[in-house]
Amino acid sequence: MSTRDLATAVAALVLAGCAGVGGPAARALETPNLGKEATPAQIAGWDISVGPDGVGLPSGRGTAAVGAMVYEQKCQACHGAKGAGQPNDRLVGGQGTLASKAPVRTVGSYWPYATTVFDYVRRAMPYAQPQSLTDDETYAVTAYLLSLNGIIGDHDEMNAQTLPKVKMPNQASFIMMYPGRRP
Amino acid sequence: MDGSKRSFLKRIAGLLAASGLAAVGPRGSEAVELPDVPPWMKTPGTGMREYGAPASYESKVTRTLIRSQPGTTGSGASRTPLEALDGIVTPSGLHFERHHSGVPDIDPAQHRLLVHGLVKRPVIFTVDALLRYPMVSRIHFLECSGNSQLLYQPAPPTVTVGQTHGLVSCSEWTGVPLRLLLEEAGVDPAAKWILAEGADAAAMSRSIPMAKAMDDALLAFFQNGERLRPENGYPVRLFLPGWEGNMSVKWLRRLKVVPAPIMTKDETSRYTDLQADGKSLMFTYPMEVKSVITRPSHGTRLPGAGLHQISGIAWSGNGTIRRVEVSADGGKTWTEAPLTAPVLPRALTRFRLPWKWDGGATVLKSRAIDDTGAVQPERAAFIAEHGHNAIFHFHAIQAWSVAANGEVKHVYA
Repeated sequence: MSTRDLATAVAALVLAGCAGVGGPAARALETPNLGKEATPAQIAGWDISVGPDGVGLPSGRGTAAVGAMVYEQKCQACHGAKGAGQPNDRLVGGQGTLASKAPVRTVGSYWPYATTVFDYVRRAMPYAQPQSLTDDETYAVTAYLLSLNGIIGDHDEMNAQTLPKVKMPNQASFIMMYPGRRP
Repeated sequence: MDGSKRSFLKRIAGLLAASGLAAVGPRGSEAVELPDVPPWMKTPGTGMREYGAPASYESKVTRTLIRSQPGTTGSGASRTPLEALDGIVTPSGLHFERHHSGVPDIDPAQHRLLVHGLVKRPVIFTVDALLRYPMVSRIHFLECSGNSQLLYQPAPPTVTVGQTHGLVSCSEWTGVPLRLLLEEAGVDPAAKWILAEGADAAAMSRSIPMAKAMDDALLAFFQNGERLRPENGYPVRLFLPGWEGNMSVKWLRRLKVVPAPIMTKDETSRYTDLQADGKSLMFTYPMEVKSVITRPSHGTRLPGAGLHQISGIAWSGNGTIRRVEVSADGGKTWTEAPLTAPVLPRALTRFRLPWKWDGGATVLKSRAIDDTGAVQPERAAFIAEHGHNAIFHFHAIQAWSVAANGEVKHVYA
């Protein structure tokens, strides 16, 4: 690089800074643009997030009956029989306790969105083997936890269409503090 | 020496004499017992070493570990020993930790960052590529929103200030403004949020408002001049100045531009603030104005009446500390404590104040005010507003009682 090139680059940087946001041309000079275009297949392999509207849910299905079997094998050692907790977090019950002196926060009493159960189990559980459950197993375990909490029926099938429609009992108790509000 | 200084020294000398301390002062006896030439002057010292470590005599200055649930060794936290530190920068090895499934051992050559979703062109970056981008350096605190959660309890916890307040640390962070990468990918102007995901075994994820991402968010690669420690997100982490620590996703591997929050486990079931009426506050992002006296603090003992140096830290996720006031009478009267430069936005700010203790029982407090005008609340008022059931965002005034024998203890006062 000649000294003149260096001066040009610095001038572009200064211009971009002066312009505040900076137009695309100024920005193009400011960064080396080294991102490689990601293919749809690459993105599909990485994108495991599921929104409350169900975007991101895979195909597949499961019911509480199947979920009970998956749970006993892969979840119960940490979360107790039927989600009762011990040695790790309790997953069931606690509804009606949140305003008491001993609130019990569980999937049933606290979590505002059912899609979060699927998203979290798929990405992080079981603790020692994350991302090892199949999509059907994840739907089934999600159905089992929702059913244990009395939110869906024992025979209700959870899939990409039904799960986002599940209404969690505590959802209306959350107050959004962003944007604009401070505690 | 001017008159006021001389009379000040006279007063101190008078105090020392009155308390009898001057007569038993250790200096005279030490001069007899200590050799004129100490052993370390009689033989050459050790040589250089490739990576330094603290003095062996400081080996007790360590993070305090918070016990994990059974079978989840990597999940939990460790706290900065604030009582043993001074200044505003936390040594990287003492920066607090909070992990959700352990510290991953990431090979930077194999790590990638994907930016996708509502963008013109989804892109993948290598770490080497990102290191070629323009970087900035900023000194900022990072605070876990669960910091000081013990103080929601009805009785004051009898532990060190590091154990109550040590989920805050402060570093110089160096990295690439996130805005640059988002502009390169070409963000859809309608997109208001970004899902950020880590490459740990929990694939820890949070939804980040686009406004913050385009404002002062960094992709940090360096902490206090060296590459990030593994426990702080090596090889690259998100850093959101002033906001609750959980959002500064470590081991960052994916940014998905989305129209609305994803409602991840941590932003719904975890880092939300249950109030006494059963409602919960969600998306309480900035860490509020806060301060604490770190010296003296719980578990220490003042060696005697006379002049002592009060030292503490103040910070606000909403801006810069404008003023810190200290009370040595339980909050009846307050004195402004000088702030030690530099005083930076969203950084720990050190305050120091000489205090002449008369030897009587009293209570010390500090109160911070930031440049938005926000004032750190008294604990009683804070608890009256938020109740005992919340876990996060505790930022009320901390009180230390000083007994006549010099013992310093945590009190609610």
